[in-house]
Amino acid sequence: MAKSDPAGTTRGRRAGTRSARPGGKTPVTGDLVQLLTPDGDRIDQVTWHDGTEYRVDFTDEEYRSLYRDLVLVRKLDAEATALQRQGELGIWASLLGQEAAQVGSGRALRTQDMAFPTYREHGVLYCRGIDPIMPLGLFRGVDLGGWDPNEFKFNMYTIVIGAQTLHATGYAMGVNMDGKTGTDDGEAVIAYFGDGASAQGDVNEAFIWASVFNAPMVFFCQNNQYAISEPLERQTRIPLYQRAAGFGFPGVRVDGNDVLATYAVTRAALDNARHGQGPTLIEAYTYRMGAHTTTDDPTRYRIASEVEAWQAKDPIARVRTFLTKQGIADDAFLAEVDEQAKQEALRLRERVLEMPDPEPLTLFDNVFPNGSPEIDAQRELTARYMDSFEGSAL
Amino acid sequence: MATETLTLGKALNRGLRRALEQDPKVIIMGEDVGKLGGVFRITDSLQKDFGENRVIDTPLAESGIIGTAVGLSIRGYRPICEIQFDGFVYPAYDQIVSQVAKMHYRSQGKVKVPIVIRIPFGGGIGAVEHHSESPEAYFAHTAGLKVVACATPQDAYTMIQQAVASDDPIVFFEPKRRYHEKGLVDLDAPLDDAYPLHAARVVRPGRDATLLAYGPMVRTALEAAAAAEEDGRDLEVIDLRTLSPLDLGAVYESVKRTGRCVVVHEAPGNLGLGSEIAARITEECFYSLEAPVLRVTGFDTPYPAARLEEDYLPNLDRVLDGVDRTFGW
Repeated sequence: MAKSDPAGTTRGRRAGTRSARPGGKTPVTGDLVQLLTPDGDRIDQVTWHDGTEYRVDFTDEEYRSLYRDLVLVRKLDAEATALQRQGELGIWASLLGQEAAQVGSGRALRTQDMAFPTYREHGVLYCRGIDPIMPLGLFRGVDLGGWDPNEFKFNMYTIVIGAQTLHATGYAMGVNMDGKTGTDDGEAVIAYFGDGASAQGDVNEAFIWASVFNAPMVFFCQNNQYAISEPLERQTRIPLYQRAAGFGFPGVRVDGNDVLATYAVTRAALDNARHGQGPTLIEAYTYRMGAHTTTDDPTRYRIASEVEAWQAKDPIARVRTFLTKQGIADDAFLAEVDEQAKQEALRLRERVLEMPDPEPLTLFDNVFPNGSPEIDAQRELTARYMDSFEGSAL
Repeated sequence: MATETLTLGKALNRGLRRALEQDPKVIIMGEDVGKLGGVFRITDSLQKDFGENRVIDTPLAESGIIGTAVGLSIRGYRPICEIQFDGFVYPAYDQIVSQVAKMHYRSQGKVKVPIVIRIPFGGGIGAVEHHSESPEAYFAHTAGLKVVACATPQDAYTMIQQAVASDDPIVFFEPKRRYHEKGLVDLDAPLDDAYPLHAARVVRPGRDATLLAYGPMVRTALEAAAAAEEDGRDLEVIDLRTLSPLDLGAVYESVKRTGRCVVVHEAPGNLGLGSEIAARITEECFYSLEAPVLRVTGFDTPYPAARLEEDYLPNLDRVLDGVDRTFGW
């Protein structure tokens, strides 16, 4: 995957960039920032309610690369779902439908930025350069998360809803304390969470902390409309992005199925944060096309027509239409991407099947950095117990 | 050698000061820890001397204190979090048991969260509700946390520095009713030579029975031992100091000699530290025991109104009663 840096985003809060481009402003429609319509038409530039202007200027190669990531991420996710169905994973949390929100925001991160995911950010993980096998280890149950958060600047998955927003905010306070904001190569931190998490105390505390400490934070809420079975209306009476105002920082809603707009909005918010201008809440308006996890049955709580309506807003189809219409990609390219995705999915499958179960006694490893005599004693007793079966017929 | 007479609270303050001096990554965060110096003044003057980036007055939200400390420690800082009172730790409980305790294990050792969570605990100060609790068993029950309790000014000074220097997450219980009690503190002794953090200590040798205590009850146990002497009973008193992991080597040795043991704590008896200790002593010292291991603890009620706390808390007489019972077996 490519980690390109094509942003042509401008943002009102950065001094001197508020002026309109020749040709005038395009005010936001539908109460969200959109730069690529579901029909695959480009919108050149959008002005959000607060006057901030969003645009992207990607090269043809960058457009193709974005498309490649979207397709790969979806294919790998589908393979993981299939692996769960075949009993190879204990459970899987599919990102189906949220590819643009994740690839758009994930690619907006600069190398030095730090991300704190939930358990569904496989697309962001991919954009961070982490081997896509890693989350499958977690869901297969051979480990609790295998990658090095510091190496990839992508923390471990967090399953307790909203807890990671505080971790991200603390990390961002540390960025401030290290003097790593205020310049172009400053650091920013992004916390992923969902519409359900927006009701959690931890998330609201994180908003307060980030606000009063002016932390270089981007709160990236993927509003996929459901917290397992509970619809958005059970979490909020106002659009989620509007919550930010009460905490004292800007909020913006973006079409989360539009990878271009998501990129533009996230990049601008990250750049504001790195320049010392504090947090932003982004509500990426999207839809969870699949189940909450493979144990869920969404037909119990939502109707088919709703899903079909969102199918028409598919995040990948619109990019494909745009690329084709603009002559940026031809059938050969699209076929090549599909083939690559197929091969990578196949490789993922092979590697999952080969994943060995961990050695039993490793369950005692890493409880404490400095170790513990109690854990050591339990390990030794367990080892002796296991050895007692040595040579016995099973 | 600089030895001073300090209160336990002041000794903690001096220990924290030394920790801040020795490592620029050490920070203190909590409610009112800055200008005010904490409601017990344990962080007195530290913000003035180390600045607002090192001693941070946080918003009033305990989960936020611990949750942001997790992020700061991932960033390389070594946060010391003050929870204002024992009964206020519960909003942070999820962050402590689900995040702090598990981060190193989940990451297969790649992420360390060297956080110290200071909690003034226990009763006896006539406070309103939620200000006198003993929640140590909740944390001792959680894998991935280490739990200690100091009982003397010297230990307060040393143990807080050892806790900060440790890469393990540590819940550090401070006996709030002993904050004003004084003792001699050696301020210059190198940390490396100090008595280990996770070790119990015999604080009074004796032959006839073993009294186990920690935190505020250590002094009560010592007073009971002094009183028992008048009855001709020679009690050994052990300050457990580390509640998780427990250090029971010296305890087993003692109980095998005395054959009798009484565990004392303020926390409710049901599934308290005393239960675990009694079980382990039974496993290790069964043939040496002259009587079952007995417990003298708080009752299995919510912490009562202040005018009843003297009836709730183990005191000299109740400890002596426990000793009598073990001899009456």
